Amino acid sequence: MIPLSHILAVSTALFFIGVYGLLTRRNLITLLMSVELILNSVNINFVAFNKYLFPERLDGLFFTLFIIAIAAAEAAVAIAIVINLYRSHGSIDVEDSRDLKY
Amino acid sequence: MTAYQVSFYLISACLLGTALLAVTTRNLFRAAIWLLFSLVGVAALYFWMQVEFIAAVQIVVYVGGIVVLILFSVFLTQQTGQQLPRATRTRRISSLLAALAGLVLCWLLIRRSGLTATGRPFHWDMHRIGSHMLGTGDQGYALPFEVVSILLLAALVGCIAIALKSPSAQDNNQNPEDPA
Repeated sequence: MIPLSHILAVSTALFFIGVYGLLTRRNLITLLMSVELILNSVNINFVAFNKYLFPERLDGLFFTLFIIAIAAAEAAVAIAIVINLYRSHGSIDVEDSRDLKY
Repeated sequence: MTAYQVSFYLISACLLGTALLAVTTRNLFRAAIWLLFSLVGVAALYFWMQVEFIAAVQIVVYVGGIVVLILFSVFLTQQTGQQLPRATRTRRISSLLAALAGLVLCWLLIRRSGLTATGRPFHWDMHRIGSHMLGTGDQGYALPFEVVSILLLAALVGCIAIALKSPSAQDNNQNPEDPA
C-alpha cells in the first residue's frame, strides 16, 4: 500500500517542474505546456484525495473532469492567440510582444 | 515490495522524468512529444489508482486533443530544426532555487499534515458516475455540466473570432507604418 503522501509528493514535484518551465521559458507555446503540467498535478491531487480520503463521494472526480474541460478550452483560446500574435508580430517570444494593441 | 508499489514508483519516475525533459529540451517539437509522454504517464497513474473513467478522459482530451493542438501550433509558428534560445544562467539558477524551495516547503507541509488513507473501498462504476454527473439531487452536477458546455461553446466561438484573418488586419500587415 502506497501512503497518500507519496502520491502528493509526485503531484507536488510535477507542479514545481511546471513552475520551473514557466519561469525559464520565453516561448508562448512552452509556457502553455508548463501550464498544462501544473493543471495535471492539481488533477492528480483531486483524484487522490477523492479516492483515499472520501471514497463514498465523487466531487473530486467531477472537479477533475471540469478542470480537464476548462484546460481544453483554455488551450484552444491560447493557441488562437499565439497564431494571431505570430501573424502580426512574426514571433511568439514573450519578450518580443510588448504592445497590447497592434 | 509488491508489484503494485513498484509500478507506482515506475510510473512516477517516467512521469516526472518526461515532464522535466519537456520543460528543459530546447527543441520545441521534442518538448511537445515529451509532454505527450508525461500526460500518458498521468493517465497511467489514474489507471493505477483504478479511476478508469478519468484515465480515459485524460487520454482522449489531453493526449488526443491538446497535444495535437500544440503540435499544430508548433508547425505553424516554428521553422523546422530551429532551437530555442537558452535561458541565461542567472535565470536558470534562480528558477531552480525557487522551484526547489517551493517543493521542499510543500513536502514539509505534506509530512506534517498527517493525511492517511481511510482504507474504505472506492467502487464507482460508469453507470453511477454518469447518473451523478447529470443528476440534480444530492451530489448532482447537472448545473456545472451545463455551464461548462456553455463555456466550451463560447471558447470555440472566441477561437474562431480571434484566429480569423480579418480584412483590417491584412491592411495593417501591408502598411505597418500607417497609423490609421
